[in-house]
Amino acid sequence: MMKKKLNGYLIAGCIITGIIVLWIIIGRFYTPYPPTKMSSAKLQAPSAAHLFGTDKFGRDIFSRVMQGSGTTLLIAALTIMIGAGAGTVVGAVTGYFGGIVDEVLMRLNDALTAFPSILLALVIISILGPGKYNVIIALGIVFIPSYARMMRTAFAAQRDVNYIISARLMGASNLRILLIHMLPNTLHVLLPALTIGFNNAVLAEASMSFLGIGVTPPDVSMGYMLSEAQGMFRSAPWYALSVGGVIALLVFGVSLIGEGLQIMNKEVN
Amino acid sequence: MKYAARRILALFITMILVSFLAFAAFHIISGDPARAILGMNATEKQLELMRHELGLDKPFIVQYFSWLLGFFSGNLGISYSYRQPVASLIMPKLKVTLVMVLISFAIIVVFSLPLGLRAAQKSESRFDWIRTSINQLCMAVPAFFLSILVSYVFGIILKFFTPGDFPKMDKNLMGALRYLFFAAVCIAIPRIAMAVRMLKSTLIEEMEKDYVRTAISRGNDRVEVLKKHVLKNSLVPTITFLGQTMAEIVGGSIVVEQVFGIPGMGRFLVASISNRDYPVVEALVVILAFWVILSGTVADLINQKIDPRLKLGGRA
Repeated sequence: MMKKKLNGYLIAGCIITGIIVLWIIIGRFYTPYPPTKMSSAKLQAPSAAHLFGTDKFGRDIFSRVMQGSGTTLLIAALTIMIGAGAGTVVGAVTGYFGGIVDEVLMRLNDALTAFPSILLALVIISILGPGKYNVIIALGIVFIPSYARMMRTAFAAQRDVNYIISARLMGASNLRILLIHMLPNTLHVLLPALTIGFNNAVLAEASMSFLGIGVTPPDVSMGYMLSEAQGMFRSAPWYALSVGGVIALLVFGVSLIGEGLQIMNKEVN
Repeated sequence: MKYAARRILALFITMILVSFLAFAAFHIISGDPARAILGMNATEKQLELMRHELGLDKPFIVQYFSWLLGFFSGNLGISYSYRQPVASLIMPKLKVTLVMVLISFAIIVVFSLPLGLRAAQKSESRFDWIRTSINQLCMAVPAFFLSILVSYVFGIILKFFTPGDFPKMDKNLMGALRYLFFAAVCIAIPRIAMAVRMLKSTLIEEMEKDYVRTAISRGNDRVEVLKKHVLKNSLVPTITFLGQTMAEIVGGSIVVEQVFGIPGMGRFLVASISNRDYPVVEALVVILAFWVILSGTVADLINQKIDPRLKLGGRA
């Protein structure tokens, strides 16, 4: 393993993402106020008692964002696991074995990528109905084709490389070759793609819930809160600003990690 | 010419495949359209008649082809919730979205090319990280959050337009265009950031190639080499990216229309999904997919004109 130098983007990205993720995880167990508790302190501007202010029902926005971003984070993480996981399997099978399976799956892939991703997700939701888990399934399916295509290229590129041929001559099984010899060598493609995919998933979930066809109450997510906040923008602009700010910061942090990973790959090559 | 013919043939095959997938999917999920139109109180006799009228008693494949023929002759079926032909419902909405998307595309092209060039030229600068970070930040801000901010600042504070009150296009064209412009900017900004990033890495990669080094070491002017050779060679990936952009911004417009209250296709699509108005959703989905396939094919055809090597089966 070659020694890889860390770079500024990667460090900054990890710090920003780390802080936000930690904050969100804490929000699963503890929030300063109960997120749905209404109080008489309505429409208050940010202060020491309410860091992000309160909304028109007197709910503490800091607590709401803390909890709601947890839903978004969970959805994005699971989406990427489905999309990248299934995409890698499809990519490995098609890229390594080729043949008729490859042809059929890739044509299907082409047809699926013809639909804009948000549209495909909306159509799947219109079949399954809204809700947290259906959003995960819909987005997960939507993300499979792009990962499949990318991983197919990464696996196919190694098919006739010397160390794979040697492994095969030594009698290694296909499964062993795919898992132990090829998969680690696709990570330089997969890892940056995971960061991009994660961000797309966060933004897609937010868009869908914002449109009212994503997460449904009692679950709250970033997109759901933003649509709530849009209605109170004139009376409580801090609501929209804090929700939007947290989304932007999270996505920014993760994309810095992606940028850093790519620079690191370039330096190694 | 042969290449173009092949591309166009492939275009039609993909379109048919996509439309078949969409038709089959909606055929399965929409249940009984006759009941959806007539409501729960209809008698079995009425349902029978309606099914016959809609051609639902024919085999699946016959239904598909008659739907496809209808699609290309402008007959997109009848909306469940409005009881009107889908075509006449969506035409005015498509017009609004198309205008907005074209404005947005123009903004992207005008801004991303010079910014991308500058980013590539200055990539050795000590302050490159600031530029890169601003760029990443622009990509990180969700389009609808940007839309909320823009409609507040330019609509409510500066009063350039009245959010929620979209002027009719045939009555007040300038007003409508001004309204659409602000929405188009919101769609464009994240995409410009992506374009700049893509251009920067493409240009830098190209500048590191041997022929550029040779050209410069032979005493050619650096800027001239950039203009004459590097730019030309970077054009193909750029056109491909712009083709994808044309497709992506239509998807992006769905959310932005919602925030700005623009009566376009995206808003209608979301409303139709909530109402389970499948003929409308189906028509819009297929139109959008055709738009995506078409942009990709046009980009490929332009690329092949620029770089004849692609004719030999290479891909951009």
